[in-house]
Amino acid sequence: MLSVQGLTKSYRASGEQLAVLRGVNLTLAAGESVALTGESGSGKSTLLHLIAGLDSADSGLIMLNGEPISEMSDSARAAMRRDRLGLVFQQFNLIPSLPVADNLVFQARIAGRYDVAWQSELVERLGLSALLDRYPEQLSGGQQQRVAIGRALAIKPLVLLADEPTGNLDEKTADDVLTLARELVAQTGCAFLMVTHSARHAATLDRQVHLSAGLIA
Amino acid sequence: MSRHVWVLAVLLSHWTRRRTQLATLLVGLISATALWSGVQALNQQARNSYDRAAATFSGGKTAMLIGRDSPTFSQQLFVDLRRANWPVSPVVEGRVRIDGRSYRLLGIEPFTLPEGAGTAPVIGQSQLESFLTPQGRTLAGPETLSDLKAREGLSLLVEGGMLLPPLAVQDQLAPGVLLVDIGIAQTILKMPGQISRLLIGAQNIGNRKPLEEIVGGRLRRIEAGERGDLERLTSSFHLNLTAFGLLSFFVGLFIVHSAIGLALEQRLPMFRTLRACGVSATSLTAILVVELVSLAIVSGIVGLMCGYVIASLLLPDVSTSLRGLYGAQIPGQLSLRADWWIAGLGMSILGALLAAANGLLRVYRLPVLTAAQPFAWQQTQQRWLKRQGAVALLITAAAGAILYFGDSLASGFAVLAALLLAAALGLPVILGLVLWLGQRGANRPMAKWFWADSRQQLSGLSLALMALLLALAVNVGVGTMVQSFSKTFTTWLDDRLAAEVYLNAVSDAQGREIVAWLRQRPEVEAILPAWRTDVTMDGLPVEVLGFADHATYRERWPLLESQPAAWDKVREGHAALFSEQLSRRLKLRIGDRIALPASGGPWQVDVAGIYPDYGNPKGQIGIGIDALSARWPDIARTRFGLRVAPERVVDLIAALRDKFALDGGRLVDQATLKAESTRIFNRTFAVTSALNAFTLGVAGIALLTSLLTLANSRLPQLAPLWALGVTRRKLATIELLKTMSVAFLTALLALPVGLLVAWCLVAVVNVKAFGWRLPLYVFPFQLLELLAVAMLAALIATLIPILKLLQLQPVTLAKIFADER
Repeated sequence: MLSVQGLTKSYRASGEQLAVLRGVNLTLAAGESVALTGESGSGKSTLLHLIAGLDSADSGLIMLNGEPISEMSDSARAAMRRDRLGLVFQQFNLIPSLPVADNLVFQARIAGRYDVAWQSELVERLGLSALLDRYPEQLSGGQQQRVAIGRALAIKPLVLLADEPTGNLDEKTADDVLTLARELVAQTGCAFLMVTHSARHAATLDRQVHLSAGLIA
Repeated sequence: MSRHVWVLAVLLSHWTRRRTQLATLLVGLISATALWSGVQALNQQARNSYDRAAATFSGGKTAMLIGRDSPTFSQQLFVDLRRANWPVSPVVEGRVRIDGRSYRLLGIEPFTLPEGAGTAPVIGQSQLESFLTPQGRTLAGPETLSDLKAREGLSLLVEGGMLLPPLAVQDQLAPGVLLVDIGIAQTILKMPGQISRLLIGAQNIGNRKPLEEIVGGRLRRIEAGERGDLERLTSSFHLNLTAFGLLSFFVGLFIVHSAIGLALEQRLPMFRTLRACGVSATSLTAILVVELVSLAIVSGIVGLMCGYVIASLLLPDVSTSLRGLYGAQIPGQLSLRADWWIAGLGMSILGALLAAANGLLRVYRLPVLTAAQPFAWQQTQQRWLKRQGAVALLITAAAGAILYFGDSLASGFAVLAALLLAAALGLPVILGLVLWLGQRGANRPMAKWFWADSRQQLSGLSLALMALLLALAVNVGVGTMVQSFSKTFTTWLDDRLAAEVYLNAVSDAQGREIVAWLRQRPEVEAILPAWRTDVTMDGLPVEVLGFADHATYRERWPLLESQPAAWDKVREGHAALFSEQLSRRLKLRIGDRIALPASGGPWQVDVAGIYPDYGNPKGQIGIGIDALSARWPDIARTRFGLRVAPERVVDLIAALRDKFALDGGRLVDQATLKAESTRIFNRTFAVTSALNAFTLGVAGIALLTSLLTLANSRLPQLAPLWALGVTRRKLATIELLKTMSVAFLTALLALPVGLLVAWCLVAVVNVKAFGWRLPLYVFPFQLLELLAVAMLAALIATLIPILKLLQLQPVTLAKIFADER
């Protein structure tokens, strides 16, 4: 499903070249859930961004379902994100000017993959039925993250990429949100790669991968 | 497609949550379009009228022959030319008075009229037949009929007792023009056997002799396509209006730029999400362009409607200005062509794209990962300020170079534009420097914060402040110019209108009769003949005045420069006085010698003096009255100026009126004439004042909208101070003080810039546009008044966001911290 081979990435900071990823290899099978852990600055988010096509690698290969993401143009990467990937961020990144209902369907609509039945199920499973007319600023953090997960899963992606999705939530809410996400991922059969600092949350997924100094430990 | 519609819907949803920002953007676009299109509507209306006037057989569309030295020539020349296969057609032109108002009477000969020369080709067959019948027809435009309060079929009585043929409407005729068969015109105008010009058709009728062989040096050929007198004379007026329109347009664009910049910055998180959800940079930018163009079309339509209203309101004043300054007739009703609407919408769209170009480019180039970070205006501000300062210096140098090397009206406007642009670009640099100095000098924490925060706020406010500077500088510049003109004009008028009574007899015989009667009146101290004639010099109309040898002229007639004993030389008939604009046009200096086209042939005179002749579109030459009578023996001897003891003026006018039945148009006292001249003067500048006020108003709106849009982003700066114990009341006071301080600094800087603008208008633009140079006066009270108006505008603009801040609930301020999870 997803294969990362020999991925390197470095940034220039204060006049010096800083290697963040130094030849990362990673594979993810369909339906598999993997927790990506590591200290701050170890390159977890960078790896996730590269897989999502939000940034370009210096070298290495990222293949999604046989297609080389790392060699795609910006437009092709945008299309790939739109049609195949679900992204969830720590800061939720909902569209503040749209109500919950529109935020939920947004990606599915622009991908042309809007499925009424699946959408209704998502709303119910995520417990958002009573919140559809509200705007993001009127929601709690947990509610906002549930909307973000719903938006990402609405297209039934090949891979769900989540960058510290519970980082802004209290323990109880974080547990609830993650449980929901795992259940829905299992239902769709997509792969799930989650960056997290929480060993407890990491342990709930199929596999843990630890990133240290730019390499998979 | 639906994908793009969805993205567009998401982008548009931003405005439903930021209505003030949307209003700001729309107000900016509407003001810019309204002022620009309003001015263009006025220009188009006037140009249409010139076209109609030019199309009225005055040679705008066809080549023509005119008398070399006199306004008319013998009809025999027409006969000679036709016999020699020249496709010429005669036109007679003169003025007639109907019910006390003057109209232009044109006589044509439809059979020989060249195609495209005027309205003849569209005169229908039945109309043509009735036009040529012995009774004939008088063709007139609808405005003329309405002006005459007459209907079709009516025969009008011309002053002098002759009857015009029945009226018929001809839509293409210019206002104020009456068109009849040439024979009728010659009879009414008392020009038997005379014609004013010959239009030359394009068709080739066999071999023809060269023109000179047939007419000798008596006629001069003017080629088709040369701009008409009116168009040329009024071009500077329209350039002036266009410059104002353009300035207002750019001031409006400042608002648009500011609103769009802020909207793009506030939507950066949204852009990041859109990009993360798979919208490519190209799609996003393209959809943003579609959004912007849609908004520009909506506001463009509203702006055009407002522009139409503005133009309708200003049209009477423009009409008066053009009639007063150039004698041009503009109908009082706006009629606009489709291209005005299309051009207005185009300007709105182009303006919006121009104002947003930088922001859109940044969105297009924005990496997805950094999209959520603000554009960081403040961070890049210092680097930009340095670049902006350097550009301002370069433009100032360019203005100096254009001033030194340029010698045209366009270069005058280029200097003005460069001066204003340099001042606008230099403003944030100067303000930044002043605020930095303030910050360095401050010791107390709140004072330090005051200066530091003002510096930080400067980037967001600088565009609005630049707009304020531009509007104020133009107000000061144009205001100073108008006031200087007014002061000069009043003094000049006092000297020029020295006689207490002016009269114009109906005929030479009546003139002689009146003079004989006046000589018996003890209250009449002097009778000064004010005879004149019209000649053509360098292809332009020039008026020749006769001066009586009297102390009234020697002591009162204003002279800019003169030879010693200039009046003696004029009396002796060796020399002439030239109006300032004519001397500039003919490049004459004191002591030069020039030939005047007298009736009997060229007459050499010395240039003995140059005098100001403000507001006269014609050139003017003053010579001794005896020389005028001798060189132009056929002139009308009907005009006189009377020196009368002021307390006897009313009685004398009443007596003259009773005795000789002279109406108000032929007999007028000095006070009435001055009042009328001053009224025309004031109305001439009413348009300028109105546009000044509009520009200042738009600048005020720019400041208000910038402050309103900045108000929300100010909260994170103010909330920490509030948390530290500074009351909302104190915060509001500080905010007010900060904005007023930068507005005051801007207004102060606008004063010297405005005076420079005034100098440029007086010393460069006016000289090139009108041919006269005015003395420049500074009016401190006027400057103080403008400063106060600017501060009031700034106060009003500042108060609304300040009141919002005062009413802010603590929970809103507390939320700032809650959002910083």
